[in-house]
Amino acid sequence: MVHVIIYILIIFMLLAALVALEAKNLLSSVVSIGAVGFMLSVVFLLLRAPDIAIIQVIIEILTLVILIRATIAVDVHLVKNIRQFFPFAICMVLLLLLFMFASKAMDLLPEFGNYLSEVAPHYLANGLKETGSANIVTSVILDYRAYDTLGEATVLFTAILGAVVLLRRKAKND
Amino acid sequence: MIYILCLILFFIGLYGIFCKKNLIKIVLGFIIMENAVNLFLILLGYKNNGIAPIMTKSMRLDEFLARSVDPLPQALVLTSIVIGLAVTALMVAVAIRIYERFGTFDITEIKRLKG
Repeated sequence: MVHVIIYILIIFMLLAALVALEAKNLLSSVVSIGAVGFMLSVVFLLLRAPDIAIIQVIIEILTLVILIRATIAVDVHLVKNIRQFFPFAICMVLLLLLFMFASKAMDLLPEFGNYLSEVAPHYLANGLKETGSANIVTSVILDYRAYDTLGEATVLFTAILGAVVLLRRKAKND
Repeated sequence: MIYILCLILFFIGLYGIFCKKNLIKIVLGFIIMENAVNLFLILLGYKNNGIAPIMTKSMRLDEFLARSVDPLPQALVLTSIVIGLAVTALMVAVAIRIYERFGTFDITEIKRLKG
């Protein structure tokens, strides 16, 4: 039952992604991206990942705010979508080839629903005892792999710094 | 089968990056690809009839070990989602600056106005 719901949600995500890329109006494509993100958060919840579902909702709202800021201030200037045939055809052939190879690789994966990770049982068995956190995801983020989180904070700081510098109102020598 | 659906989502994002001329559409393609990769990692860590990796008082340890889903992909995807937001903000900032400079989101127009 859960599997069927996950399949249906992923198929709807595919449709919403296609609409987002093909819609004429930029605002409607941004709204479709929001649909993709929120359905993704429901899928995370069904896959028993509640922390990620919460984070995904928050991040999706912030992404929508940022994207709407980018698209609503500008007058809707439609980009002419006249495709030249040859570049488009070559692009599609390359994508198709890549897709075939990648779907071959998908056969090597374990069947859905049986994971092969060997460190997971260690974290699950000793997480509560060693870190004192009942939520094992938290204990991995903030204890076992705290340096990863530090690196994440660094990347986050750098990227936001870049965005702020780019969007400053007055540069010194404009 | 479910991995193939995830792969199709990834390729829709790749198609957006390759074939679209609008800068905002390219950013949207990036976001779709990001979502597909995160979904794939979480799918890999799923276990049939699993429970969330959160310990409760009434639960015995061996039962928890047998049924819980993999916590490691969840922790790392949490990191990657947050980084994705920052990267999106940076890309949108660049796109807004380009619009203010050239007055268009069309990448072919921008190439023509160079120099």
